Amino acid sequence: MNKILEVRNLGKIYGPGCPQCIDSTGPEADTNLCPHCDSLVAMHGVSFDLFEGEILGIMGESGSGKSTVVNTLYSEQAPSAGEAIFYDPVSAAEGGKSGKQHELFALNAAQQRWLRNHRFGMVYQNPQRGLNFNITAGGNIAERLLMSDLMDYGAIRERAKSLLARTEVLLSRVDDLPKNFSGGMQQRVQIAKALATRPPLLFLDEVTTGLDLSVQARILDLILEIQQELKTSMIVVTHDLGVIRLLTGRAIVMKYGRVIEAGLTDQILEDPQHAYTQRLVASAL
Amino acid sequence: MAKPVLQVDGYGKYFQLHEQNKLIPSSHNVSFSVHAGELTALVGPTGAGKSSVLKGIYRSYLPTGGRILYRDAQGHELDICLASDHQILELRRREIGFVTQFLHCLPRQSTLDVVAHPLFMNGVAREEARQRAAELLAEMNLPERLWSVSPATFSGGERQRVNLARGFIARPRLLLLDEPTASLDPETAECVIRLIERLKTEGTAMLAIFHHPETTRRLADRVIVLTPPPAVEELLKEML
Repeated sequence: MNKILEVRNLGKIYGPGCPQCIDSTGPEADTNLCPHCDSLVAMHGVSFDLFEGEILGIMGESGSGKSTVVNTLYSEQAPSAGEAIFYDPVSAAEGGKSGKQHELFALNAAQQRWLRNHRFGMVYQNPQRGLNFNITAGGNIAERLLMSDLMDYGAIRERAKSLLARTEVLLSRVDDLPKNFSGGMQQRVQIAKALATRPPLLFLDEVTTGLDLSVQARILDLILEIQQELKTSMIVVTHDLGVIRLLTGRAIVMKYGRVIEAGLTDQILEDPQHAYTQRLVASAL
Repeated sequence: MAKPVLQVDGYGKYFQLHEQNKLIPSSHNVSFSVHAGELTALVGPTGAGKSSVLKGIYRSYLPTGGRILYRDAQGHELDICLASDHQILELRRREIGFVTQFLHCLPRQSTLDVVAHPLFMNGVAREEARQRAAELLAEMNLPERLWSVSPATFSGGERQRVNLARGFIARPRLLLLDEPTASLDPETAECVIRLIERLKTEGTAMLAIFHHPETTRRLADRVIVLTPPPAVEELLKEML
């Protein structure tokens, strides 16, 4: 198995920061706010590897820093520390363009945008962040395809249609605005849009939170089907242990910006090692 | 005699419950081996740690003591206690199967796809994988009308047959079975027993816990009797 992503010592501090920030925050200190300078240590020392075709879970409650991890990897914000190397998998279909190694935080804005548009996908909890509500469902997908150099109008429309069909959005609604869709359908359009460029790496941030259970199950099914079909590597951020159990093979647990536990998902759920994870699992079952 | 597929040497598992500030032993100093083409059965009263041993080998539990040596198809030895998460995932995908009493699966997948899933993961083409799943389900007497629907609505016995079929289909070299026939009617249990006998003749190494002593007598080549681990206080005294 090949590594697709290597993350080392990722850190993010909001605020001025001071020499005591790290020592005075974290699970032991029971806070992520530095008492000396009021800076927020959103994450510190986060390291993990992701392999091709693997789904990794990041679990933890609100404020644990799990979304900050994917936001920095997706270049929505710059980290304060650390490095991440993306090993672009060689794909025969794309000729010589891939197979490269990118140090994500050393890239300029244009290079980061290129990766976002071509090689990464992101699905947000809130569809308004991932979709343009003022253009149609088909248009949303076309927009992403245009940004990834697909220029032919007919080809774009065909691709958009097949993606929406794949994510079970009724074709009769291709030309409707996403704001008129149900929450579950908006999420499926978002997934279709994220997948439009067949990215090898997909970030999913609380994508089923707030949906009712039957809709949740369909989205989870869809994600797994896609993963089996396209072998997409995924990082799934969620506070929902059920989602972690169903989707992921390995997981990391975060609290106050730190990784407190990492392991096989079934092991974390059945034999959690850290006091916090034990409490988390016990309160969920 | 050929070297065992699995050699468990002084396995121990203690749960450290931080909140209650307690140390709970579930297995203590367990040793045995499992050979190709043989079934080793674990017997003992409730609380003897039978499932704990299976989970430690599958690494759903992190062992706290001993060694679990697994010899893979190429003859390489790996201590499961020390293996990386990715090594374990690779073993689970290719060599070690675990059939528990519960079937976890997605609510929308057809039974055929649930059973074929381990083959999909090993890169077998969809149609061929489904074909093999169908053959196995037929052998296990699961009515054909159920194959295209999700097992979510099945009876306990039907679900268990799906569960077993999924565990058997990729022909793991080592199969861990936790009460595989417990919820089955006698005829279906008989099918499963015959299937286990066939897997044995085909060389699968198996480690199993059976609900009925009769099943153990019929299938087991070796029987390992487990007793509940001593209380932590006893263990500490022993050590001091």
